[in-house]
Amino acid sequence: MKVAISATGNDLNAFVDPRFGRCPFFILIDPENMEYEVIRNEASQSMGGAGIKAAQTVIKSGAGAVITGNMGPNAFAVLKAEGVKIYAGVSGKIKDVIQQFKEGKLKESESASVERHFGMRK
Amino acid sequence: MILSIASGKGGTGKTTVAVNLAISLEDVQLLDCDVEEPNANIFVKADLKRIETIYREVPDFDLEKCNLCGACADFCAYNAIAVTSKKLIFFPELCHSCGGCGLVCRENAIRWRRKEIGEIYRGCKDGIEIYQGKLKVGESIPIPVIRRMKELIDRSKNVIIDSPPGAGCPFIESVKGSDFCLLVTEPTPFGLYDLKIAVEVVRKLKVPFGVVVNKDGGGYKEVDLFCRSEGIPILLRIPHSEEIARLYSLGVPFSSQKRRWKEEFERLFESIEDLR
Repeated sequence: MKVAISATGNDLNAFVDPRFGRCPFFILIDPENMEYEVIRNEASQSMGGAGIKAAQTVIKSGAGAVITGNMGPNAFAVLKAEGVKIYAGVSGKIKDVIQQFKEGKLKESESASVERHFGMRK
Repeated sequence: MILSIASGKGGTGKTTVAVNLAISLEDVQLLDCDVEEPNANIFVKADLKRIETIYREVPDFDLEKCNLCGACADFCAYNAIAVTSKKLIFFPELCHSCGGCGLVCRENAIRWRRKEIGEIYRGCKDGIEIYQGKLKVGESIPIPVIRRMKELIDRSKNVIIDSPPGAGCPFIESVKGSDFCLLVTEPTPFGLYDLKIAVEVVRKLKVPFGVVVNKDGGGYKEVDLFCRSEGIPILLRIPHSEEIARLYSLGVPFSSQKRRWKEEFERLFESIEDLR
């Protein structure tokens, strides 16, 4: 299963972006072999509904799980509808976070971690 | 004449200017288009009656017909539609009622339903016919309310439009089609910054305009310098005065208490008529 991570930069030394909808990149990684591709998050400049659009980008990428800093209720609802697992409240270097994911140390989120528009205040 | 009162920055004194002008003129129609926080009637004190309910159309998806192709979601510039492999999710609060999803849907799965978004009130007091638009709490798209307000304009009257702050769509909808626009600013860096944006927009709308400097006298000269260098007339200066502020806080238009100011507003109106 591939995992999409909201990222501050475009490689594994980047950090988990605290914003889901308005992060600049998603890193789509296969934790088994650590092969990854970088997806530019077109939603980051949206006037509104960035989380909703970013969630669809993630779904189209084929990811089965998302790791991010924070996620609002709209993006959460879209990803849940597709059955994508959500790990919010995560921070740190992506390399390290993937390790934690493989070791089962990340906890799946049961609800949105922030109100909508959280990423617009950053 | 249709005269709109606008500003980039909020709190510069649009309503103060609109109301003081209204009470200084005869045969006035005052439209409070600041529908997210209409406050002109605090000063006019007319007995308002609701005359209309405003709706907008939002899509209603027939999930039997929808094949989850995602064309509508791809099209929607406001990200109001999400399509997953299992279902379609609609976020009505993000929808701008553009109708585009209905055009791109090949399955004919979109019908339309009306959503109540606001109300229009009307009242009369001392020769002022006041209309107040009011957006429902939780709604974020004021345009249909403003558009309907402007259909109620009676061109035979002196029409004064109190516009919403900012320089975005609500401002544009309120100001466009006016014969003249007064941009109210204050002599501060914030006031100037937003004035420049408002000037750009009003120029694009091709509406002639002039400036009112409110809360004047603090020593910040850059607004004057900007207007001079751009050839923009400053048509009135209202001083930064405790007395005016006190009357405002009591809901009293200051020109109703001071003959000199009533004349100043009459003169302002005449100078606008000369400039048109």
